[in-house]
Amino acid sequence: MARIELNEIAHSYHPNPADESDYALKRIQYVWEDGGAYALLGPSGCGKTTLLNIISGLLIPTRGKVLYDGIDVTGLPPEKRNIAQVFQFPVLYDTMSVFNNLAFPLRNRGVESGEVDRRVREVADILDLTPYLNKRAEGLAADAKQKISLGRGLVRSDVAAILFDEPLTVIDPHLKWNLRRKLKDIHEQLKLTFIYVTHDQVEALTFADKVVVMYEGEIVQIGSPQDLFDNPEHTFVGYFIGSPGMNFLDCTLEGNVARCNGARIPLDDGVAAKGRNAQGKIELGIRPIHLQVSSVAVDGGVPANVKMVEDQGSYRLVNLTLDGKTLRARVPESEPIPEDQAWLVFPLEWTRLFADGRLIK
Amino acid sequence: MEKWPNNKAWFLVLPAFIIVAFSGIIPLMTVVNYSIQDIFGPGEAVFVGTEWFKEMLGNHRLHDALWRQFMFSGLVLLIEIPLGILIALAMPKRGWGVSASLVILALPLVIPWNVIGTIWIIFTRPDIGLFGVGINSLDLLEVPFDHTAKPIYAWITLLAMEVWHWTPLVALLAYAGLRAIPEAYFQAAKIDGASAWATFLYIQLPKMRGVLTIAVLLRWMDSFLIYAEPFALTGGGPGNTTTFLSIYLVKLATMQFDLGPAAAFSLIYFLIVLLFSFAFYQALLNVGRGEKA
Amino acid sequence: MGVSLQDINRTVSGEIHLADVNLEFESGSRNVILGRTLAGKTSLLRIMAGLDRPTKGRILIDGRDVTGVSVRKRSVAMVYQLFINYPSLTVYQNIASPLKTSGIPKSEIDRKVRDIAGMLRIDDLLDRLPAELSGGQQQRTAIARAMVKNAELLLMDEPLVNLDYKLREELRVELQDIFSRRQAIVVYTTTEPTEALLLGGNITVLDEGRILQSGTTQAVYRNPATVKVAEVFSDPPINFLGGRIQKRTAVFGQDIRVPLEGDMRNLPDGDYTFGIRSNHFFLSKNGPTDAQIQAQVELAEINGSETFIHFHHAGDRLVAQEDGIHPYRIGSAVTLYVSPGCLFVFDPEDNLVAAPSVDRIHAKAV
Repeated sequence: MARIELNEIAHSYHPNPADESDYALKRIQYVWEDGGAYALLGPSGCGKTTLLNIISGLLIPTRGKVLYDGIDVTGLPPEKRNIAQVFQFPVLYDTMSVFNNLAFPLRNRGVESGEVDRRVREVADILDLTPYLNKRAEGLAADAKQKISLGRGLVRSDVAAILFDEPLTVIDPHLKWNLRRKLKDIHEQLKLTFIYVTHDQVEALTFADKVVVMYEGEIVQIGSPQDLFDNPEHTFVGYFIGSPGMNFLDCTLEGNVARCNGARIPLDDGVAAKGRNAQGKIELGIRPIHLQVSSVAVDGGVPANVKMVEDQGSYRLVNLTLDGKTLRARVPESEPIPEDQAWLVFPLEWTRLFADGRLIK
Repeated sequence: MEKWPNNKAWFLVLPAFIIVAFSGIIPLMTVVNYSIQDIFGPGEAVFVGTEWFKEMLGNHRLHDALWRQFMFSGLVLLIEIPLGILIALAMPKRGWGVSASLVILALPLVIPWNVIGTIWIIFTRPDIGLFGVGINSLDLLEVPFDHTAKPIYAWITLLAMEVWHWTPLVALLAYAGLRAIPEAYFQAAKIDGASAWATFLYIQLPKMRGVLTIAVLLRWMDSFLIYAEPFALTGGGPGNTTTFLSIYLVKLATMQFDLGPAAAFSLIYFLIVLLFSFAFYQALLNVGRGEKA
Repeated sequence: MGVSLQDINRTVSGEIHLADVNLEFESGSRNVILGRTLAGKTSLLRIMAGLDRPTKGRILIDGRDVTGVSVRKRSVAMVYQLFINYPSLTVYQNIASPLKTSGIPKSEIDRKVRDIAGMLRIDDLLDRLPAELSGGQQQRTAIARAMVKNAELLLMDEPLVNLDYKLREELRVELQDIFSRRQAIVVYTTTEPTEALLLGGNITVLDEGRILQSGTTQAVYRNPATVKVAEVFSDPPINFLGGRIQKRTAVFGQDIRVPLEGDMRNLPDGDYTFGIRSNHFFLSKNGPTDAQIQAQVELAEINGSETFIHFHHAGDRLVAQEDGIHPYRIGSAVTLYVSPGCLFVFDPEDNLVAAPSVDRIHAKAV
């Protein structure tokens, strides 16, 4: 069990990094609390795998320190840190039985055979692998193989954290559900620190209690899935989380109103006040699910034109034009949609302002 | 999968078919022809049935040559495969060292085979050869080293030459196999606390199974058909101690002009090669099946 | 132009890939073939392209039999699941490649390539090699190549399945736009109901090589003819509960009783299967006749903008859908409501006998 602290970590793959852009990771400062279920979410190339490798010890960061329970482990290789890792593709010892695969990390550490047997059976039971214990690992299905990879981490009593690098990539879609559930179960049961790297929002949001969103080598937001959806602190989070992502409009502030070209969108007093003091490019953001579409003129409504309606069965996505800009609104199955002219209501509590990509707070 | 039938394609195959017919099938039929007749001169042939085959199968010299051949091929595999793996493991994984070692390894492979025989004759000569002079100056051997002096010397020389010539091929194949193992396996092994030996035994060796099977197959077939090098080096001697199948066959056909028995012998030789190819091919297929899962 | 498939069958070494497929495609139409993996979608496209020959049946283009005509002589283009481009050619050369053999002047080729590249937003990548592109850009290149020669038949075999979800989202919307500017018949296969719904047009639901149902996408979604169609055409899976109708009341699950409304009141008593889409389990009571279900959360799956609540009820695994992202602990209790107006009713032969009317769903929220 451990609390993992990243102290001013930065990493560059260049031997002599000159400026910011040479860094794959730019100044990461974060503490992974003991027993947490974390996800590292971001598009490919955002630095999430680099960060994972620094935590596991496969990479030594250019700058900064990694502390496990307050002890500096920055220079220690993976086998000297108490971590286990599940990779994108199942990594197994093909020629061994499932039992021997699970026992391997224990035998390497000189654990006596009675204890090995006990631990392996315990873990096999948790992972529903007991019927396969005497089978050769090679012939099993991908999901069973990934469970074995995980099991090799779980058998070790000394393991502090288990790292997952897109572990469900090779799993059939209809089996992913089972494995996600199993992972959550195991986490609840064993209370180990789990760090799960993925580019898939479904996986990250379903698995984790805390999601760390990365973008271009930086952590842009850390929060619960609901937080990321309801209160994105960066335009990237707004765009990346949710399908479709948040709507953004360039605007200027006039009193308590955001002016986007000709349209005037009323804002919350507090939000507007902070917005007026902010520097840089100001954008207004609202999620499609929060944008209200009305077929009659309403108080505070902004006139817009319906361009296209995409019926998604349980809801419709309405594409509207507001002074040349396209906005998407999500309308439930049960509500009518105006033919052409519509009025958009931006609820004050869901309308956000961003300055140079960052939420104005 | 069923495709559109397009019979024009057969015309494109025809030239290749004709060439194969001339280079392979017609000579083979000639050999079959020789093997079942006794030919005294033009137009004077007598059908002898399986007589030549019976004679050859009972021939002690053929038995000896065959036995020698198995010994030689077996020893070649036992030395070259482990040695090739060791070299592959020791090779650098990145940087300029990779290309340098690849070039050095490839050198023996590009030298013509009879030239290799000549090189080794000179290398082991007791009067001027580096190895011959070197080992004799140590004065360890009862009989001074000369590959024509004792059968064991001849064998050692031949094996050394064969190993020098072909181990690089095994090493290159093994190296390719090693490079193809995803980095994640080594990371997992590290995390599991595996020793270098365990990593080799449970990851590298199983993952090299495919390429090693190919290496074994190639080296077995090649060493079984070996001719040019022993012919250049020992000529089959001393005595008949390095007379392998192919050397015996050539002696039979071109020196004694026993075309009938030689033809029967060729066919038997051909069948042995075919049988082993088939066995190795089957082994290869089964390895492939294991990998897929 | 119109394409018609008549009684197409295809059997490969005793295995049926397609059976008795009859379909008509009209000029300028958008057609989705929806089915799970191995349903026969790719087999059908390959036959339409002329890459494979049907074991039985005919393909007519504008009434002319083209069953035996090879792919080279048909005006067809195809996009595959994998991003297939010529690795040694630049993006420009890749897109231009189908035009090279047709004797079009260079300036005309140049215009067409730049045109289509602009439409797919790869006009600033024309000098790159495929290996230097991201997955999304590679697939854009492949799509551009397929579209550049203006083939009358454009076949797309799950073109977005190997892309990250954000790229998929963007390309889906753009494709819609591009299709609407073309006169080609578009046939698009997918396993995903949401993708099918987004593309709209006509749909054919395929399962085990047979057509289960065809029609406009919306109509099939609202009125799935059988249990199987409802199953294939819903994500997350539609919930099925066995039960019966007794005196104008649907009784199913663990003593769930829902009084029937409207036309459903005319259904005779007997055994039925009731289908409820995940978004028709509500977290609040919408009407006085709504039935209540107590459930324990198995897992809350978060899918972009919705939360799927998986739970067990009377031995069945069910899914409810809630808009927005909400945290649920495994094992926590939820109360869900079922409205009479939201039931699909199937007879014991699994055929649809009643579906929720859209009007009634609309009325519900008011």
